[in-house]
Amino acid sequence: MAERAQPLIRLWPGVGAALLVAALTLGTLAAVALRAEGWAGLTGSDWAAVRFTLLQALLSAAISTALAVPVARALARRRFAGRAALITILGAPFILPVIVAVFGLLAVFGRNGLVSHLFETVGLPQIQIYGLHGVVLAHVFFNLPLATRLILQGWSSIPAERFRLAGSLGFTTGDVARVLERPMLKATVPGAFMVIFLICTTSFAVALALGGGPKATTVELAIYQAFRFEFDLASAALLGLLQFAICAVAAAVAMWVQVPEVGGAGLDRTVERWDARGIALRWLDAGLILSAALFLLVPLGMVALDGVRGLPRLPASVGSAAARSVVVALCAAGLTVVLSLALSFAIAAMRGTLAKRMLEGVGYLAISASPLVVGTGLFILIYPYVDPVSIALPITALVNALMSLPFALRILVPAVAQVDRQFGQLADSLSLLGWARIRHLYLPRLRGPVGFAAGLAAALSMGDLGVVALFADPQAATLPLQMYRLMAAYQTEAAAAAGLLLLALSLALFWLFDRGGRINADG
Amino acid sequence: MLTVDGLEIRQDDFRLTADFTVPTGAIVAVIGPSGAGKSTLLSVISGFFAPVAGQVLWDDRDITKAAPGERPLSIVFQDNNLFPHLTALQNVALGISPSLRLADADKGKVRTALDRVGLQGLEDRKPAALSGGQQSRVTLARVLVRGKPLILLDEPFAALGPALRVEMLDLVAELARAERATVLMVTHNPEDALRIADQTIVVADGVAAAPVPTKELFDNPPDHLRDYLG
Repeated sequence: MAERAQPLIRLWPGVGAALLVAALTLGTLAAVALRAEGWAGLTGSDWAAVRFTLLQALLSAAISTALAVPVARALARRRFAGRAALITILGAPFILPVIVAVFGLLAVFGRNGLVSHLFETVGLPQIQIYGLHGVVLAHVFFNLPLATRLILQGWSSIPAERFRLAGSLGFTTGDVARVLERPMLKATVPGAFMVIFLICTTSFAVALALGGGPKATTVELAIYQAFRFEFDLASAALLGLLQFAICAVAAAVAMWVQVPEVGGAGLDRTVERWDARGIALRWLDAGLILSAALFLLVPLGMVALDGVRGLPRLPASVGSAAARSVVVALCAAGLTVVLSLALSFAIAAMRGTLAKRMLEGVGYLAISASPLVVGTGLFILIYPYVDPVSIALPITALVNALMSLPFALRILVPAVAQVDRQFGQLADSLSLLGWARIRHLYLPRLRGPVGFAAGLAAALSMGDLGVVALFADPQAATLPLQMYRLMAAYQTEAAAAAGLLLLALSLALFWLFDRGGRINADG
Repeated sequence: MLTVDGLEIRQDDFRLTADFTVPTGAIVAVIGPSGAGKSTLLSVISGFFAPVAGQVLWDDRDITKAAPGERPLSIVFQDNNLFPHLTALQNVALGISPSLRLADADKGKVRTALDRVGLQGLEDRKPAALSGGQQSRVTLARVLVRGKPLILLDEPFAALGPALRVEMLDLVAELARAERATVLMVTHNPEDALRIADQTIVVADGVAAAPVPTKELFDNPPDHLRDYLG
């Protein structure tokens, strides 16, 4: 390409965003590290937390992917009414507030839950949901759908012609599995496993609600306890370093095994399968699909049912918490969009591959940063100057934006590249550079992806129960925190109503942004 | 006058040389087999692709290193010539001001250009609400308001039906002659060349030949052109 004036306006905001992200992740980690007092300070319970973190993540990832393979296979080879809706719902847990899901799971599998009552009537012992079981159960609830979508994507990527060829050659189901499906699974399953493992290593809210005690504490939860109950900053700092190390190693492995893209394209395609027409296989697939759907939908149904019943008992505190949460979610979404757009523009405008990679790398730093480590670091940095409790909500919005950044970048970086491929030459030939290019080309063309990214960020922030628990002022809780407090105080009906409100607000925010980006879009 | 002086283009194992001049006001077709480098030649002249050697000059001014938007030319691509989210008026106005801040006089210029290509009353439509031919007319209106002395057309009407294509070619010729603009038009259709081009450049076998009168060329084509024409 001939010399082109460097579009500075597309570069410097991105560099600024990268510096901010680096400061928030590496800077807070350094602040934490300076506070830590050497590895000798690690107690037995700290190591127990590490062991538990790894064990539950391993089990959650293994069970989720193992169950996802047959469910995805069933979805891939069956056509039925509601299939598209079910696949859409499989994407919902991503934006589902953790505490709402935990409430639903308790209503089904808890001491007073549906399954316990069922067991009681047939004389079986109650199930024990607190502890390792519960943590893994909740993680499988969240990640089985994710794994199913990832693996289903693998199935959709096998060309329909191959199955036609297999049909013409009279392949049995076993032949199809050996020749077509196993190579695809070998390429897909390790990636899905690693993504889920990585997600589960930073588990905080699930462990807070369903774990706890010396035997079921994750490192994130241990950070919270050291900070909140003992105010032992050194210990929290040390645990923070451990958490970062675990995430960094897991993220490195995840990059190495090539993580599949979480896209939606092609999932609604079904292919004719001549090998899977037997009645037994049909019943098997129907059973699998039904079980997966029930596992997903019954807990959510319980939230809705109990929530509607609890609505009259909704305390006033929930209303103000909801208002705070909406404001935090909107700020977080705005910040995510600004940061990710700045980074995406800069990545597109950079010419050196190395410079591009470095900016992208900074964006993905947020994957290996844990919210509680960032929160702890920010606390250490600001408490000499400001009372952290007084700015708990702005910090929550900032950390939430940081956590949504990797997802937003996954959406926007390819979208900006696509706009440049399609209209870059035309824009260059018209000297549409700098701000004019952002305003008249990128922003109008990127409305859809920006809406989607903002929707994800808003919903994730709305439902987040993480860093806010570190600082929160009892008088200024967010909705997830308020709901957790109601649950901890055994005000189940009020908690259910708060959960329903939280669920509705999260989905509504996502829907509004996503819809807003797509409405009246031009070709 | 466009001068292409000792130009050498390389892309992986593709190589093309060019050394010719095009007089001001000429309409020149660029013809040749696909993959021969017709579009690449236009990319180099318009500044999207850098040559390994040689120069591109307009009226003896070296523009080889100028940014695409700063060259004294307008280019019309095969597709994606209009931004789908902007109206016809805005798409044309971009040719005057990329920031779309227009003085009243500029707005008048845009309207006049739209009138000249026969689009009065359609200013506020977006491309999706225009037919293929109307979209081409919007693009030509933008070429008009830019008022650049050189116009490059990279198979711009290939997607239109035969009658419409002829209509657009005639419009191009009419506008170019009125503006005294120089035109370089890539096409794979000899009829297009015969219809409006005084001269034709044949691109084949790694060389973009100097322009020769179109009629003589097709009356008595050289071997590599005969192979292509069949």
